[in-house]
Amino acid sequence: MNKILLIFKREYLSRVKKKSFLLLTLITPLLFAVLMFLPGYLATRETSEEHKIAVVDRSAIFLGQLEDSKSTKFHFIPEAEYQQVKENIQSSEYYALLDIPQNILTVNKVVVFSNKQINLDVKGYIDRQLEQRIENMNRAELVSRLGIPDLDEQMKRIQANISVETIKVTDDGTAKKGSTEIAMGVGYAAGFLIYMFVFIYGSMVMRGVLEEKQNRIVEVIISSVKPVQLMIGKILGLAAVGLTQFLIWVILMVGIFAGAKSMFINEDNMQQMIEAQSENIMMAGNQGALQIMEQVEPNQFEQIVEQIEGINFPMIITAFLVFFILGYLLYSSLMAAVASAVDSEEDMQQFMLPITIPLIAAIIMLVNVIKNPEGPLAFWGSMIPFTSPIIMMVRIPFGVPWYELAASIAILTLSTYGAIWLAAKIYRTGILMYGKKPTWKELGKWLTYRS
Amino acid sequence: MEFFRVENVNKNYSGFQALTDVSLEIKQGQVFGLLGPNGAGKTTLIRIINQITAPDSGRVYLEGRPLRSDDIYQIGYLPEERGLYKKMKVGEQALYLAQLKGLSRRDALKSLKHWFEKFEMQSWWDKKLQELSKGMQQKVQFVCTVIHNPKLLIFDEPFSGFDPINANLLKQEILNLRENGATIIFSTHNMSSVEEVCDHIALINRSKKILDGNIHEVRSAYKTNTFDVSYHGKFDEVKQALGNHFEILEHKENPHLNEMTIKHLNGNDNNSLLLKIAAQAQIVSFAERIPSMNEVFIRVVEKHNL
Repeated sequence: MNKILLIFKREYLSRVKKKSFLLLTLITPLLFAVLMFLPGYLATRETSEEHKIAVVDRSAIFLGQLEDSKSTKFHFIPEAEYQQVKENIQSSEYYALLDIPQNILTVNKVVVFSNKQINLDVKGYIDRQLEQRIENMNRAELVSRLGIPDLDEQMKRIQANISVETIKVTDDGTAKKGSTEIAMGVGYAAGFLIYMFVFIYGSMVMRGVLEEKQNRIVEVIISSVKPVQLMIGKILGLAAVGLTQFLIWVILMVGIFAGAKSMFINEDNMQQMIEAQSENIMMAGNQGALQIMEQVEPNQFEQIVEQIEGINFPMIITAFLVFFILGYLLYSSLMAAVASAVDSEEDMQQFMLPITIPLIAAIIMLVNVIKNPEGPLAFWGSMIPFTSPIIMMVRIPFGVPWYELAASIAILTLSTYGAIWLAAKIYRTGILMYGKKPTWKELGKWLTYRS
Repeated sequence: MEFFRVENVNKNYSGFQALTDVSLEIKQGQVFGLLGPNGAGKTTLIRIINQITAPDSGRVYLEGRPLRSDDIYQIGYLPEERGLYKKMKVGEQALYLAQLKGLSRRDALKSLKHWFEKFEMQSWWDKKLQELSKGMQQKVQFVCTVIHNPKLLIFDEPFSGFDPINANLLKQEILNLRENGATIIFSTHNMSSVEEVCDHIALINRSKKILDGNIHEVRSAYKTNTFDVSYHGKFDEVKQALGNHFEILEHKENPHLNEMTIKHLNGNDNNSLLLKIAAQAQIVSFAERIPSMNEVFIRVVEKHNL
């Protein structure tokens, strides 16, 4: 026991004491945030490139009615120039040529000529502009025909806007405000985090074992301790590194959340600013104004905060720790066994595949489980030990019956125990075998060797 | 006094017989040479002594009682394939390995200080292992082997990677350890070092022990009763005096000193040979050829392989 503690300490301290550990721990969340938001940010930014569209309007209803955007400008040309522009589109200043037929209102179709395939944004923009103009014309005609001057106002009044507030009633009868979206987010994050931790720390175990074998230090060490002790000490030491990292992240997250809460809720200025902003947008009469108004209701942030607080974090964190530790032990012991059996990283790949497949399968299942956390896929996924750490974590924010949770943990615990037993048998033989890549059959034989 | 005994040990790795009925007895304070060609089973035997693997049958005794699991604290092992953590600091690493050998942190520090001073390694303490040269790394490894003051030391090819000066230093250190009461198992292919440090040897070939004995007795047992003599005198006279009990393998007549190599055909009575020559010539030197361990090794192994 004392030996395991020594090995544990070395594995833990040699990693946590590194500057790169602290740095990575702090940077990883930032990196993730960037990875998550950057594509979205880039997508919303309009391209700086300007696309000039030559328009030949044979119907004569669009002149001056098509709005330019930052990236797309309409330029009306006389019909006489049509042939010339069409033939020389590549060398001309135009990105594309829009040909509007005379009978557009009946055929509902226009043609765009371009040298390159025009991009989706431009195509969509042209489409919207044309439609908007025709709709406006139709509406004006309707208003004058029906003789209702305030038709727009009335139409707006009949629009319904219902928000569904979800309330979870727990077993002891207390009601808690819940949010499906937030439960989904938390479930996804938790499941993914488990996947990441198991993968990262599992492969750290693997590399550690392989390093010891390649360095030949293992022979020195196992003349002092039993191979199993070395394996267990290493696995536990790295688990502690993972938990330390997780703890730092939890503290960071709580800090950020508290900070954000005080910024958005307690400062009335912020509230007013948001309200003012939404009014401005309304006044501008922009198309998106209605939607934005929906989003930024005065107490929107309070609601989100309330919903976040409605999530049972102590429960989720406890479950996370349980499933992380069990899942990690399950996978890392198998990875340690594989690493002990081979001499080089290349040979390792062959044995790694069957171990990583269930992990990746769990991630693929995750999307469907989140949509239907009560379904059969979710149920079986959270019972089978190789996927249960991830799938169960996804389900927990939605609420899982206690007996299912207990069954899942029990199955996982037993499997983990079995995996460690199996791994220890392979490890103690493999760690001393040099020179040739073993076959699966040989690995099986090692199980029966006397220690 | 018997210190360590291996009794009828067998070990089989899924069809490959690594050790067949091997027995050894090692006395307190001996330097015991464990010899054999590559793949003969030496490493397996060493691993059994270290309790890294268990024999299929047979027993191992330390100080007259069966080997126990806590006996590993009494054993120091320097494996042939060396290795330490490359990125770990030398001092931390030595401390870690010493603690794994059951020393308290305090005792380990004290003992390390002693050895680091002895080998003038103090300035290496905070260096990473990979910053040291190969020879320096070997020194660190040696210190890690002896740090817990073990009663039984197992050195597998200890001199590989050392320059002659450091090899000599190490040899002295091994002999010092014996002086201080340690028993040493020494496994090597370097036969001249065996002659220099071993008291007793055992030769293993193809999983079986084929030779075991005191090093002088072993060498004597393989001598061919051949003598080198140099003398002042007439070769013909000497030759006549020797008669037909001796065969002259080689002779050289030089202006000042004659030399010859003689094989005693029956028996090994050195005195009668000496007297016969002395009657005819002035002997300058007289020496019996004792086979080197190298010769013994090759002869014994080749004969066994036939």
